[in-house]
Amino acid sequence: MHAALSDVVFDLFQNSIEAGAMNIGVSFWETADEIHFSVTDDGRGMDFEGLKRAEDPFGSDGTKHPGRRVGLGIPFLRQTAEQTGGRVEIDSVPGKGTRIEAVFPAAHLDLPPEGNLVLLWLQCLTFGGDYQLKIHRMCRESDGRVEEYRIDKAEISEALGGLEDTNTVGLLREFLESMEEPFNK
Amino acid sequence: MAKMTLETLRKLREEQKEVIERRDSGDKSIHIIVGMGTCGIAAGAKEALNVFLGEAYTRKMDNVVVKQTGCMGLCYAEPTVEVKMEGMPDTLYGNVDAAVARKIVNLHLLGGKLVNDHVFDYPARDINKE
Ligand SMILES: Nc1ncnc2c1ncn2[C@@H]1O[C@H](COP(=O)(O)OP(=O)(O)OP(=O)(O)O)[C@@H](O)[C@H]1O
Ligand code: FES
Ligand SMILES: [Mg+2]
Repeated sequence: MHAALSDVVFDLFQNSIEAGAMNIGVSFWETADEIHFSVTDDGRGMDFEGLKRAEDPFGSDGTKHPGRRVGLGIPFLRQTAEQTGGRVEIDSVPGKGTRIEAVFPAAHLDLPPEGNLVLLWLQCLTFGGDYQLKIHRMCRESDGRVEEYRIDKAEISEALGGLEDTNTVGLLREFLESMEEPFNK
Repeated sequence: MAKMTLETLRKLREEQKEVIERRDSGDKSIHIIVGMGTCGIAAGAKEALNVFLGEAYTRKMDNVVVKQTGCMGLCYAEPTVEVKMEGMPDTLYGNVDAAVARKIVNLHLLGGKLVNDHVFDYPARDINKE
């Protein structure tokens, strides 16, 4: 169903929004042999029952998508982890928030492609709402060289005077492309 | 291209504002709402969003606001896109991939015509909003 890891990250991000989170952190890291991403939020969190439901591929409660009852986010992550020998960790405290972290072996053939991270950040930064968002992108080469950048929605939005119209989003895209460029070498 | 700083971004925005003011493209705004539910994403909503954002920017169509929303409850017609602009009826489109998104820009936004094969009936939307 999902074509790329960036789609999975976006789904986790949307889950955080749906959980009423006001502060969301997303990280996407690469090392020579692992891909690692995490989404942390201060949304409503899940209790034990909620976690069990979230792990169940048929656990979507049916009100959200009238046409289907299959939630895709977490079960898909689990499945990908199983296929590739990766792992997924979920920490959630009701009323406090949730942190979901996934680590995959970078070279595994069944690992979906990363996808377009510039577009992922655009999607996350311009999703409507008052939430705050911090992004951390990092790549550590085998020789120890580190490339990284951080994006803070509040700072970006202040610099651009809002993230509403396509002119500001166009500039934002150029900004993000300049950040992402060293990673494509 | 070197990494841009926030300062550069701020300056570019200031310059852009001046250019836009001189362009004076009036103030009737166009709203495009892209449904980014999971089945929409799987069916190409992301690519459609990308086309709307990109085309509006490169063609200097000021006053276009592109919004994402979660699931619109229409799995079988995802990706769905709603267009609201003056002089045209509010329109919901279904099955909008990148190619259809481009058609919507050319025909609906710029040409004032509906992209007929993709218009989705309104009653369905009203039921789903309740
Ligand atoms: N960050 C979170 N905070 C609180 N609850 C969460 C969070 N992430 C997931 N959940 C719970 O787990 C359920 C399953 O999530 P999942 O993403 O798999 O499906 P969904 O969001 O319901 O549907 P879909 O992702 O297909 O639109 C959610 O409905 C929600 O109740
Ligand atoms: S994403 Fe929910 S019906 Fe399409
Ligand atoms: Mg979800």
